[in-house]
Amino acid sequence: MNRINKKLQEDKKLLSIYFTAGYPKLEDTVPVLEELVKAGVDMIEIGLPFSDPLADGPTIQESSTAALKNGMTTAKLFDQIKDIRKTVTIPLIVMGYFNPMLQYGVEKFCKECSEIGIDGLIMPDLPLAEYEAHYKATFEKYDLKMVFLITPQTSDERIKQIDAASDGFIYMVSSASTTGKTSGFSTVQTDYFERIAALNLKNPQIVGFGIKDRETFKAATKTAKGAIIGSAFIKTLTENGIEGISSFVKSINYLGASPEDIR
Amino acid sequence: MNYNVNEKGYYGDFGGAYIPEMLYPNVEELRQNYISVMQEPEFQEEFKELLKEYVGRPTPLYYAKRFSEKYGTKVYLKREDLCHTGAHKVNNTIGQILMAKRLGKNRIIAETGAGQHGVATATVCALMGLECIVYMGAIDIKRQAPNVARMKMLGATVISAESGSKTLKDATNEAIRDWINNPTNTHYIIGSVVGPHPYPDMVARFQSVISEEVKKQLLEKEGRENPDYVVACVGGGSNAAGLFYHYLDKPEVGIIAVEAAGKGIHSGESAATSALGKEGIIHGSKTLLMQTDDGQITEPYSISAGLDYPGVGPMHAHLFRSGRGEFISVTDADAMQAGLDLCKLEGIIPAIESSHALAIFEDRKFKKDDVIVVNLSGRGDKDLNTYIEYFDLA
Repeated sequence: MNRINKKLQEDKKLLSIYFTAGYPKLEDTVPVLEELVKAGVDMIEIGLPFSDPLADGPTIQESSTAALKNGMTTAKLFDQIKDIRKTVTIPLIVMGYFNPMLQYGVEKFCKECSEIGIDGLIMPDLPLAEYEAHYKATFEKYDLKMVFLITPQTSDERIKQIDAASDGFIYMVSSASTTGKTSGFSTVQTDYFERIAALNLKNPQIVGFGIKDRETFKAATKTAKGAIIGSAFIKTLTENGIEGISSFVKSINYLGASPEDIR
Repeated sequence: MNYNVNEKGYYGDFGGAYIPEMLYPNVEELRQNYISVMQEPEFQEEFKELLKEYVGRPTPLYYAKRFSEKYGTKVYLKREDLCHTGAHKVNNTIGQILMAKRLGKNRIIAETGAGQHGVATATVCALMGLECIVYMGAIDIKRQAPNVARMKMLGATVISAESGSKTLKDATNEAIRDWINNPTNTHYIIGSVVGPHPYPDMVARFQSVISEEVKKQLLEKEGRENPDYVVACVGGGSNAAGLFYHYLDKPEVGIIAVEAAGKGIHSGESAATSALGKEGIIHGSKTLLMQTDDGQITEPYSISAGLDYPGVGPMHAHLFRSGRGEFISVTDADAMQAGLDLCKLEGIIPAIESSHALAIFEDRKFKKDDVIVVNLSGRGDKDLNTYIEYFDLA
């Protein structure tokens, strides 16, 4: 069974962390990954940097620009993490934009991900229709779970289509925004979380965008299976380096949360 | 072969809508409505009325006698430079502002490179009393101060794009991010035949008034609707799409697209996408684009701020790949000289973008009785500083 599906069966709320590969320094990819695992996160999204990340706010844009300047490429990333499965057992997802994958070759990209032990892909600008028409067979051949996004504006009908096309989890974007907006959650978000929960989808949902601390993590996972922290993690990485990872993860404190917080 | 968009939003291998899910409802709303809205008689009436009374259409199809004599062929200039705001860009912004109103949007965003599309958008927003936000690269804001001032005078808010290379592609990224953050009340007026479907087709349809007029005007002047060639410069490609539109399926009409070679195709400072680009995804569209082997989008260069886009509209990518279009690239130096030549020969100061189209006659030879229509997409006022510096005219 794919590691993502297995992880989703665990009876707990999941914390997933996004970070940009090759940031702050080119060779930090593996040390960051290992430190995150040590700190006890459940899942990791490895960000493959892109020159024009449309869905991202300034924090991830800047980390991407820095990583590219450091020399990060698709080939470099695959080389850095080629032995990652010797030390890391949690689900690993590569998150990036579609153009670098297209240039690398979709089949070659999938094949190498599979050889490394990557479990899934998040490509925000590879939409459902194109995926199903052209790429689904290749992703499935290499047992890579494609994770789709939904937003508060996504219609119930489309959510059901996305649910039907998914086999893993659905990435539930918390609000109409790019990544890294930190205004916190209002009733708009909580109503949306509850609306989605009421749809009883076959795939669990993991919330992303705007999750930055224990409070937002708790709010997001009240109904959802887990939450993803990206920009807030990149910020802490920029300010405190790899040494700061463990205390950041602890500050989310989900492991020590009381049962009513996490169930 | 079909050179227009198909029902899936593709021109051959190119086009589509490679957009994050956050944009899906907006783009889908537009896709479902744009054709039916454009076909409403009231929409058509209002659009045509504004093009006539406000933009000043039809623009003349001018027989450039001395220019023709110089090159030994028959050259007509489609005078889009005489449009209100100084370029063809306004044809599209008029159409899209009417579209935005029909869709109930009250906030307009746009990207701009040189500022021409920004000015054309700010103009129609003032005309309709709608809020207007224009994203412009920080570097372009410095280079194009007069257009920044124009937009501000017209009531627009100009926001500096500080990400990436701080030019047109980054301004486009920022506009798209704005749209993600404002999904319900905002319409994004893209300035060229780029972006996710249905934008390339919608913008081409609004610009197609150019070739619609050429057909009538040429019939009067030459006794036939079809010229032997249509020639236009291509950055994203909206003026070219407008001139080519009604001739796409007329094989007897040669289509010539002129790209900016900058300092030379292989100089590392160029915007000749058909020569240097590979298939990829930019701003939601699969097309030819300039990029590294690793798929990172690179920064193009041209002396003309309207041609330095790293991609090209999917219609043009298809015209190139299918062989329907002949693609020629012209260097800064040749374009600047052609611009100055037109001033001296015809008393018309062209935009540097349009000068690229004029420059092909030095090397690309035509028959004596060939009838060639060149799109004079914009006037050169905005480029005065570049002309002054380049030719040391001060």
